[in-house]
Amino acid sequence: MFKLEPRATPSTTLMLASPLLALAITVCIGVLLFLALGKDPLAGLQMFFVEPLRSGYALSELSLKATPLILIGLGLAVCFKANIWNIGAEGQFVMGAVFAGGVAMHATATSANWFWVLVLLAGVLGGMLWAAIVALLRDRFNANEILVSLMLVYVAEMVLSYLVYGPWKDPAGYNFPQTITFLDAARVPKLFSGLRMNVGVGMALLAVLVLTVFMARTYAGFQLQVGGLAPAAARYAGFSSRRALWTALLLSGAMAGLAGGLDAAGPQGQLTPYIPMGYGFGAIIVAFVGRLHPVGIVFSAVLMSMFYIGGELAQSRLGLPKALTGVFQGLLLFALLACDTFIHQRLRWVAAK
Amino acid sequence: MTGLTADSLALLIAATLNAGTVVALAALGLLINERAGVLNLGAEGMMLVAAIAGYATGVQTGSDTLGFMAGALAGAAMAAMFGVLVIWLNTNQYASGLALSLFGAGLSAFAGIQYTQQRLPERAHFDIPFLADLPFVGPALFRHHPFVYLAVALTIGLSWFLMKSRPGLVLRAVGESPESAHALGYPVRRIRLLAVMAGGALCGLAGAYISLVYTPLWVEGMVAGKGWIALALTTFATWRPARVLLGAYLFGGVTMLQFQLQGQGVQIASQWLTMLPYLSTIVVLVLISRNPTWIRINMPASLGKPFHPGA
Repeated sequence: MFKLEPRATPSTTLMLASPLLALAITVCIGVLLFLALGKDPLAGLQMFFVEPLRSGYALSELSLKATPLILIGLGLAVCFKANIWNIGAEGQFVMGAVFAGGVAMHATATSANWFWVLVLLAGVLGGMLWAAIVALLRDRFNANEILVSLMLVYVAEMVLSYLVYGPWKDPAGYNFPQTITFLDAARVPKLFSGLRMNVGVGMALLAVLVLTVFMARTYAGFQLQVGGLAPAAARYAGFSSRRALWTALLLSGAMAGLAGGLDAAGPQGQLTPYIPMGYGFGAIIVAFVGRLHPVGIVFSAVLMSMFYIGGELAQSRLGLPKALTGVFQGLLLFALLACDTFIHQRLRWVAAK
Repeated sequence: MTGLTADSLALLIAATLNAGTVVALAALGLLINERAGVLNLGAEGMMLVAAIAGYATGVQTGSDTLGFMAGALAGAAMAAMFGVLVIWLNTNQYASGLALSLFGAGLSAFAGIQYTQQRLPERAHFDIPFLADLPFVGPALFRHHPFVYLAVALTIGLSWFLMKSRPGLVLRAVGESPESAHALGYPVRRIRLLAVMAGGALCGLAGAYISLVYTPLWVEGMVAGKGWIALALTTFATWRPARVLLGAYLFGGVTMLQFQLQGQGVQIASQWLTMLPYLSTIVVLVLISRNPTWIRINMPASLGKPFHPGA
């Protein structure tokens, strides 16, 4: 029978190959799925892997989806490296959007044209506050961060829903659950006229740079990672696990909040009940597929955005449900986790006894 | 609460038991696999897939029984996929469980699209003869779906199984010290897989109960966090079946309280009431976790840790 045995050193080849292998497996299953549905698999693959890259417009739309995924994914990677399981980034994203929207609604015709900076700062604050609740309850009362952060997702969605159906509803909005459309001063500046791509892309790439340095070159980043890999060693070295908890959660909350602010004051331009799009959950996959490494996260975020856009196209052009995106995302993560096994272990045939 | 009559109180109790049963079934399932040392964060995904599998089968065949069987099978199949990954390939239990939840959410939405507009056949009534006609107690306790009683029976059975039976002892040994169980010659990984699949089947029953009985229709994401609440319940109950049931009814009570308050015309926006179950889960988690030693003493010692059998 087959037997897994540990490798003396992890296989570097497989470490890099396993995301690609996982993608290949996901594509194969995707092709089978399309065949089973009686759709042309080539047309399906084109939706997911060619269309999102075909034109300037497509690339601009891709950037709008990749930006929040990169930002949230980076923050989550820091948490996961420190062995802190923040699963509620979706809630932190929503609160970021709510705080940003709350400020954005106050822009007037005389507001300075950098008003949007305040809007985004409010978003960062909102995300941080929401994550701070998780950190506080974990720190003071030892409450499991997975469950608390997740429950807060549902709470955040209800807060958003209350606001857009209630006090923040646009009086001129024909009774639709939505806020007023934000004035230009409160909107994130676009990079090219005619395209929705905005300065958020630059922020995401800057964040990649900053976090690469933070994790690889700073003492605080080192402490975080040791705390995650070997808690006992970290304690022995006198590294504070409390500080690691707060740093990781506030950082990831801030990133998710920024992403929420960018989405509300960017492509959305107002708050609606449809602000929660699942970026917070998608970013969990982004973080893992990107090996919890900032540069890897950029690649996996782009890939995941292609899944989102492909799913939307498959819905409008092939009449397939949009939920296909979620199926592929989940499959990719499964395939990756399975492939990763073989980085540290090898499969050997052993004669049965 | 002013206008609360005996009749509406009876209905409130009935609704509480009904709502509690959903999370109780799932939480008892999760308790089985956590007692064997495996933490499955995929409950939400398993319940969603089971909800659509059960609903689709119910619509196609017109039989609830077949629907429940399909739900249990779907839950067990999802759990088996997770089990093979974490037990044989030693993947990270947190990440794999999350993957299962995300995958389940996508898969159920994908499979469910064609069922959003379809209706189930007429629902059967389950009144226990004579007892159901008693005043007050009748409508409160004796007009339930059999699953409400099943959850109670399961709790008693599971308590006995874990504490008094030999296989239950082996199951706990596998969760407390897989090395010792392995040394004694028990097939640790096979036992863990069985426990995970049993847990998946129960989560599946809970999921099918949601779409077939609790809110008899299919809506994307309709499990709405009940899987996560079930996970929280196992911690709340410090891995004891009886406390799981109690916790589930408490949760059911809070869930029903929101409808009751709305019915009373309380001037609160519905969103604040919808938040209540989630907020109270957080509050209960905080209360129960305040004493870390107590949790640590009760938690299965190898929970969440992979087991590599030696040569």
